[in-house]
This record gives sequence, structure tokens and C-alpha cells, in this order.
Amino acid sequence: MRSIRAAATGAVILSLALAASACGGGSSTGGGSNDSPKELTYWASNQGASIEIDKKVLQPELDKFEKETGIKVKLEVVPWSDLLNRILTATTSGQGPDVLNIGNTWSASLQATGALLPWDAKNFDKIGGKDRFVDSALGSTGVEGQDPAAVPLYSMAYALYYNKQMFADAGIDGPPATWDELIAAGKKLSKDGKWGIGAEGSNPSENIHHAFVFAKQHGADFFTADGKADFTGDGAVTAVKQYVDLMAKDKIIAPGNAEYAQNQSVSDFAKGRTGMLLWQSASANLKSQGMSEDAYGIAPVPVQSGTPGPGRQVNSMVAGINLAVFKNTDNLDGATEFVKFMTSDAEQKVLNTAYGSIPPVKAAQEDAAFNSPANAVLKDTLAKSAVALPQVSNESQFETAVGTAIKELFADAAGGREVTTDSVKAALTKAQQQMPKK
Amino acid sequence: MRKSSPGAARGPRRRPGRIRRIGLPYLLLLPALLLELLVHLVPMVIGIVMSFKELTQFYIRDWGTAPWAGFDNYSVSVDFDAPVGKALLDSFLVTIAFTLLSVGLCWLIGTAAAVFMQDTFRGRGLLRALFLVPYALPVYAAVITWVFMFQHDNGLVNHVLHDQLGITDKPSFWLIGDNSFIALLTVSVWKGWPFAFLIVMAGLQNIPRELYEAASLDGAGMLQQVRRITLPSLRPVNQVLVLVLFLWTFNDFNTPYVMFGKTAPEAADLISVHIYQASFVTWDFGTGSAMSVLLLLFLLAVTGVYLALTSRGRRTAS
Repeated sequence: MRSIRAAATGAVILSLALAASACGGGSSTGGGSNDSPKELTYWASNQGASIEIDKKVLQPELDKFEKETGIKVKLEVVPWSDLLNRILTATTSGQGPDVLNIGNTWSASLQATGALLPWDAKNFDKIGGKDRFVDSALGSTGVEGQDPAAVPLYSMAYALYYNKQMFADAGIDGPPATWDELIAAGKKLSKDGKWGIGAEGSNPSENIHHAFVFAKQHGADFFTADGKADFTGDGAVTAVKQYVDLMAKDKIIAPGNAEYAQNQSVSDFAKGRTGMLLWQSASANLKSQGMSEDAYGIAPVPVQSGTPGPGRQVNSMVAGINLAVFKNTDNLDGATEFVKFMTSDAEQKVLNTAYGSIPPVKAAQEDAAFNSPANAVLKDTLAKSAVALPQVSNESQFETAVGTAIKELFADAAGGREVTTDSVKAALTKAQQQMPKK
Repeated sequence: MRKSSPGAARGPRRRPGRIRRIGLPYLLLLPALLLELLVHLVPMVIGIVMSFKELTQFYIRDWGTAPWAGFDNYSVSVDFDAPVGKALLDSFLVTIAFTLLSVGLCWLIGTAAAVFMQDTFRGRGLLRALFLVPYALPVYAAVITWVFMFQHDNGLVNHVLHDQLGITDKPSFWLIGDNSFIALLTVSVWKGWPFAFLIVMAGLQNIPRELYEAASLDGAGMLQQVRRITLPSLRPVNQVLVLVLFLWTFNDFNTPYVMFGKTAPEAADLISVHIYQASFVTWDFGTGSAMSVLLLLFLLAVTGVYLALTSRGRRTAS
């Protein structure tokens, strides 16, 4: 009898303990603190050809930072497929990193959640002032008129990469400057199992980047001036159709590209299966896939006619990575210190060289390392003919909705179904209906 | 905190030992009950609360401040004339078709294999082990292998169907477009039938051999034996098996997610991924939760009706 009573008492105590612990936990949703000044957690985005390469690039720099400040940085490189979800989960739970990389196009969407530390003048002063950064990069850090949600870290732009040998074999003189020339070149290249140009048909973000540039070239936009979704205007429809037609009508993209979403188009280009590639800062990636720098040329992305510039002559989005501080950080001073370190002239040179990107910091950009012909194209594009994706709170939803619509249009094209103005418009109408009402 | 048992009210002095004996099981169950609350019921209740809130990107950081939405999220989800509701309905119908086909095929293949493997023959143990491999493999590794096989350019499936057998005039797309339904079904059945096989095989062990012997003496053939002896004897096993397979398949998230990522093709847009997309991709967790609650109600109703029907059938049978 005694043992039964003991067991019962034990059971009651155990359950009370469980109930008590269930009530604990939870998180504070207030601002940051400095409770743990000697440690930082940093989520880096995957910039190199693999996560391992990123760790090799970043770890020595983080060690340098620890030596200077005594703050240990715990690094986690998060793949692109997970990054936004991880940030959303961290936002919802309040349990996240101290410092993190975000795709610069997400800035406005994440800004709306209030999870990121706003970079007001006071915070910018701590890292040397806002005017250290180039304007095009600052244009993709949040809604205009609000304090930026993040600080530019790496800048990138789209360029046209072309295989010199394949161009010579096909008798093409030089890189195409207009889309008509690109299609003509593509048709010459598309034979014997080889193809004109690659695409990541199943990657919504990649689709968006191209559709956005095509839309700009047709004088269209995907959002109205007051931030409402406007996907079905004539310009937007023409733009999306022109992009998908590279596969559907012009047949210079291999149908198999419709299911690409893991950067297979970069491998195809590196292995000489396609003659052209539209990509942002591909040099480091191509090198790691064994393509030597002499084998390919870099030219600006084509325009409808004329030369790249502002307005309808835009030929790239402002691509890049921003560095943000999570508002719930328990090491606010350390996090700011880390942002200062990562955006310092010296670190900017090291990191952007390793990743083949352009520093968004003016002083670092002047360095000779970023004046090679390849970087000159990217730098020129960023300075003259690149536009930031819409800085509206629904940007992230737009990327998915329209990006997925284009993915389905590519699937139609690959499956031999006709892609018409009507079918494009229908797909975009559906995408627009999926957007949040508020 | 002390639990009083029902016996306590009637006669506290009469049989003190009995009170303890009745109270004790409840006490011992208490930790399990609390854990159950913690692990299952609390998230469910939170989900239900979320479904009544306007939980968009502006409120997720501190969702105590999210305004109450009343039944707005529900009316959006079930308004089948509007795009969100229509997409949900389409996804629901795809899921129903997929689940019925998958469960049916899993059961058929599993049962057939179990019946054929009932008699001893050389290599039976090896075959049994081999059949269970898909069930034992980690889901991710298995499904990603299928994804490689289904690839358009270098996939094994197209290599066999197109290059070697010449059944299709050109390589087909399996991961995008309408064929994705077939691809998803194939993987689901491949992954699910070993479980049916395992359960039916266990059920078969309980059927006395004498029944078959008597039947064959009476001149019943193989098919007759299966129809008159095997299937009726397996009835209770099948009832549970079909229900479990149905719930698993209907709710399966891993297979479509690994195969298609966040944006599944319409033909293979299963409801679990659809709801995930409705929450995470549009950052509208209120509507996502409302859809989940609707799904929960549907599955509860199906399970309830199924159990009521089958148990009535069992009662009349006995």
C-alpha cells in the first residue's frame, strides 16, 4: 500500500512540475538588450557556390572580429530555400539570431513586421554614417521615407554571360545588345543538343527579377504609385510573355529548364551546354564549376533598342544582400559593432572579392580589385541602369505569386501548350487575386 | 491537488481500499494526460485562436496585438466563387482524388503481396524484408531519389519510358504540369504499400489453417478462399488499416514538399502544402489557421462517420 501511495504522490508532483514549466517560457517582445555582451549569432545567406565555401570565407573574418572586440560570433549559413521562412519563424517566436543577412528585395516586407532594428540617423552614426553607402544600394533597404530596415552589404547586378568559343563557332561577332539580337544569336546556338540561353523556370524569385526588368523596358510596373498590386496591365503582360517566349516561341531555351530551380542553368553554362546566361555576379560560381575566366565574356543585359540607361532602358534590378539587426537581440551594442565591422572598407574589400559582388560602400568600391572588366559591367549597370524592386510591404508575396505564375507558364511552354497573351493575362490575374487585400 | 473519485461521494467509510484503487489509475494517467495537453491540445487551441485573428505580416511579431477577425478568415476560405476559396476547393478535390487512389492501391498491392507470401517458399524471408525497404527508408532520402528519377533531362523514368521502350514520343515532364499527379501518386503508393503489407501479413497469421484445408476439401478454389475466408477474417484489421492510411495520406506533407518545394503544380497541389503556402508564402497565418481548422473538422467528421459505419457493420455481423 505504501508503495502505491508513493507512486501516486510521485505522479502528482511530476504533473504539477510539467504544468508549471508549461506556463514558463515565452519571450519578451520588447526591444533589444545587452544581456549577453560577449556573444552574437549570425545568419549568413548562401553567397558562394556552397555553404561550405561560405563558411571558409566568413570564419576567418569572424575570428578577426573576435580578436578585435572579444565578441564570439556563432555563424550559421542558411540556404536560400529556408532563409525567409527561418526569419518569419524567428519573428513570430521572438527567438532569432542577433544579426542576419536578408535578400535586399525583402527589406520592405520584413520592415513591416517590425522585427528588424530601424537604422535611424543615430544608428547609422555608429557605423560611420549613411553617406558611406551608394544611393542605388540604399534604395533597396525599405519603404521610402522610413528608416531603413537594414544596411547594404553586397551589391550585385544582372549581366549577360556568353561563351566565347560557342559564339565564335556559330559565327556570332559579339554579345547581343538588344533582345532581337539575343534571339538571333540564340537561334544560331540552339542546335546539336546545345541551346541559346538558360533559365531557372521553377524558381519564382529568379522569374520575378527578369519579368521586372522586362516590365520596366515596357514602361510598366507591378505596383501602382500607392503600393497596390497591378499585375495585369498591358505592359506587365507583354513583359512576362516576352520572357516566357524565349522558350515558347523563340525556342532558344531548352524545355527542360522549366523545372530548374537549383541553379542548374549555371552548371549548364559552365559545361558549355548553353551559350548564354543571365545571372547576377556569376564569376565566383562559374569558377568553382571549373569554367575559366577567359572562356566567357560579360556584357550588359540586352534592352529593347538603344543602350542601357534609366527609364525604359533599365536592364537589371538592384540585386544584393542587406545586413540587419534583429530587434530582439540580447547584444545590441555588439550587433551594431558587428555591422560596423562587416561594412568597414577593409572587410568590404575582402568579402566582395570573395563573392564576386560589388561593395555598396563608396570607398571600398574605388579599390582596384573592383575595376576589372567583369566588375566594370556590373558597376556600370548598378550606377546607371539598375532599379530596385518595388519597396512595398507586399513585395515578398508578389515575388511568390507572380513568380509562381511564370513558373506555370514555363511549364505550359515546356509541355508544348501555347502561351498566348490571354493565357499570360489569366495567369497574372490569378496571381493578383492571391495578393493580400490589405 | 487531490482527485476525488466517483466512489468517494457514496460511502466514504464503507470500502476505503476501493477508493484508492479507483483513484490510482487516474493519478498515474495524469502525467500522460498533461503531456498530451501540452503536445497536442495546446497547439490545437492556439491554432483555433489564431484562426479568428487577422494575423498578417504587420502583427506576427507580437500577435497579442493582432485584431480579432471574427469569422472573416473562415468566410474567405469557404467563399468558393472568390480565388482563395476556389483554390482551396480545387486543392481539396485533388487531395481527395489522390488519397482515394493512393489508399486503394496501397491496400490492394499490400494485401495481394501478403496473400501470395503466405505459403512458405525459398527466399520468402528475403522478399519480405525487401518489400519493407521503402517503409524503412527515411522519407527525405527516398523522395529526393524519386525526384532525380523523374527529372526531364537526365531522369531514369524518361530514360526507360522514352529512350529504351519508346512508349512516349518525347521525354515527358513529371515534376511540372499535369503529370505531376501521377508522379506524386507513384511515390506515395511506393512509400505506403509496405505498411499495408505488414499489417495484413500480421492479420493473416490469425486465420486458422484448418479453414483453408476444409474449404479446399469442399472444392473451393484460390479466389473462393480469398473471398470467403481471407477477406472476412481480415475485416477488423482492414478497418483500422484503411482509416490510418487515409489519415496519413490525406495529411502527408513531406512527400509533396520534398518533390515540389513550396509551390506545387496545380495538378498535385495537396491540401497540406496548400495551407502551408497560404500561411507562409502570403504571410497570412490567420487564414492559414482557419483552413487548418476546417481540415481538422473534415477529418474528424470522416473518421466519426467511418467508425460509426464500420462498428455498426461489425455489430450486425456478430
